[in-house]
Amino acid sequence: MIHLPIVKAVDRKFEANPEEAPKEDIREAVLQLEKEGEWEVSRVPEPYMEVKTKYGRSKKIPVQKTWHHKSCGQCGHIPGYSTSIFWLNRAFGLDYHDPTDQTSCTAWNYYASATSNPEAQAAVAMRNFAAAAETGYFPIIHCGTSFGHYKEVRHALVHQPELRRKVKKILEKLGKKLVMPEEIVHYSEWVLAMRNRIAERQVLDMSMITATVHPACHYHKLVEDDAVYDSEIYGAQRTAIITSTLQALGIKVGDYSTWYDCCGFGFRHILVSRDFSRSFSVQRKIEVMMEEVNPDITVTHDTGCVTTLDQSQFAGKAHGKKVGLPVLSDSQIAALAMGAHPYKVLQMHWHNTDNTRFLEKLGIDHAKMWAEFEAEADKIRRGEKQFLTWEDAAK
Amino acid sequence: MAAKNTLDLSMNKYADVPYEEKERLFEEMKADHRWNHVLYGCYECGICVAACPSARFYDFSPRVIAQAAAREDVDLVYTLMNDSVWDCSQCFSCDRCPRQNSPGQIITVMREVAVKNGLKTAKEALEGYGRIIYKIMSTGTQVSPDMLQPNAFPDWGGHVKDISDNLDVWRKALPPETLHTTETGWQITDKTIIELYLIWHMTGVMKLIEGVDEGLFMILVDVMEERLEEAGYDNISFD
Repeated sequence: MIHLPIVKAVDRKFEANPEEAPKEDIREAVLQLEKEGEWEVSRVPEPYMEVKTKYGRSKKIPVQKTWHHKSCGQCGHIPGYSTSIFWLNRAFGLDYHDPTDQTSCTAWNYYASATSNPEAQAAVAMRNFAAAAETGYFPIIHCGTSFGHYKEVRHALVHQPELRRKVKKILEKLGKKLVMPEEIVHYSEWVLAMRNRIAERQVLDMSMITATVHPACHYHKLVEDDAVYDSEIYGAQRTAIITSTLQALGIKVGDYSTWYDCCGFGFRHILVSRDFSRSFSVQRKIEVMMEEVNPDITVTHDTGCVTTLDQSQFAGKAHGKKVGLPVLSDSQIAALAMGAHPYKVLQMHWHNTDNTRFLEKLGIDHAKMWAEFEAEADKIRRGEKQFLTWEDAAK
Repeated sequence: MAAKNTLDLSMNKYADVPYEEKERLFEEMKADHRWNHVLYGCYECGICVAACPSARFYDFSPRVIAQAAAREDVDLVYTLMNDSVWDCSQCFSCDRCPRQNSPGQIITVMREVAVKNGLKTAKEALEGYGRIIYKIMSTGTQVSPDMLQPNAFPDWGGHVKDISDNLDVWRKALPPETLHTTETGWQITDKTIIELYLIWHMTGVMKLIEGVDEGLFMILVDVMEERLEEAGYDNISFD
């Protein structure tokens, strides 16, 4: 038997050289098609930030003038997720646009039911991009699946002139131009690029917190070369997304053996075959995190992952599984670090797994905070006010 | 917790389906523009299976899918198209294939062919899913706050009832103005939804829905035509 020395993956660093990238830089083709008059390219507004992707290429991340492509699951079921993204923008005084001329990417349905086709999917994507361009703001994508799916659409449109022609014709009928963004940007890349500025404004010490991270499959497995990597994080052998942000906030990130596994969302499974989602989520993710790291929190950056990892723990508890791990998004953690209200902004009452111990560890009086939220909610119930405003949330 | 069902690969189950019909569907798969970019052969290394979440809880194998497709085993592909593809999680963890195959994408194509051709198993797989298709196609958002009802998510515990009981107030207690909705994930203009509906027509998706669920198709047409009329769209061309 041959005995090879055991070298931990994290002890090796992957130094990427963009000159040796094994794949094309699709953005060059996007710009070339603009020169050929095939479409317009909306530029990342200046000044922008830069991050490195898998093969060491630079990716531009807008600071502001962002058009927020919202997520169905986040807005519908875990609305503190999107609220925290907006809160961060407002806290920095950044100009952003929260559009009503935006549909879902419809990819959740596509991956779940196949009741669509590539032409329809591309047309939906390009309708949204055209709507963004009309406002003069640059799209930033809240959902991991929308982000991955739109990158696939970009690839298909670049390489299939016939598909491009068909989609262009559809958009013409809608009175819209064919506009491709210069970069396709996920909000968590913005959070990561902003991490040092967030840390500068941090008011809550988080150094006593240990977290685990779950990266979304459609963020780093679909069109994998366009995910953020950093040689200082996992030796650039895994995406740096979320981990880099948490470390900047002083949070200890624990590693675990099923890091690469998906959350169990399954697209159709979470809606109509949840026995699978529950089992996978609890047995392959939550229990492993609890046994190997015993963290205070697990942090992810996508709609389906927060939903599945959080909601599945109720059934896991009934089965006597080792669960009870709160789940939040990186946007919520960043907002909390900067002093956002856990209920008025993070809206933690929409989450399932008990998160009060996590708040207590941070020194937050959650009972008092909940009473503050309830007082506002009561005013709405009594008709004394119509909505909770951003000004109310700042109190 | 999930239990494994055994996949019958004996080929007896669909012996009564003519080979020509199975071959026709296989040719439809191969004609998809993605085909040459998602299947290059198979090393039979099993890396895709090791990464696959569905393989852990179902009698499901992305390797079998890739191999059957690469070998052009028409009978086996037909069996898998009926009895296996709906177990896939579509996470694309299998994209780490050293041969650059994407079993997940092969499955996306197989599912589309199954739905487009109205296979009985595809219709069964979509049973209970119609309300989701209706929601996304008619409102532009896939899930909405009012879907959080205890009878729909009994396995998510009592907090779903808390949300459901407080839904109107808790939605109004969200600072972003676009999130005060209960029937859609966010506020969407009528014009936007109508544009989406026109896309469904122009790309053949409405026709697809008619084939797979006629009842759903009729409801969608009724609701959306009324919306078009209200918005002043007359004699609109769906071509």
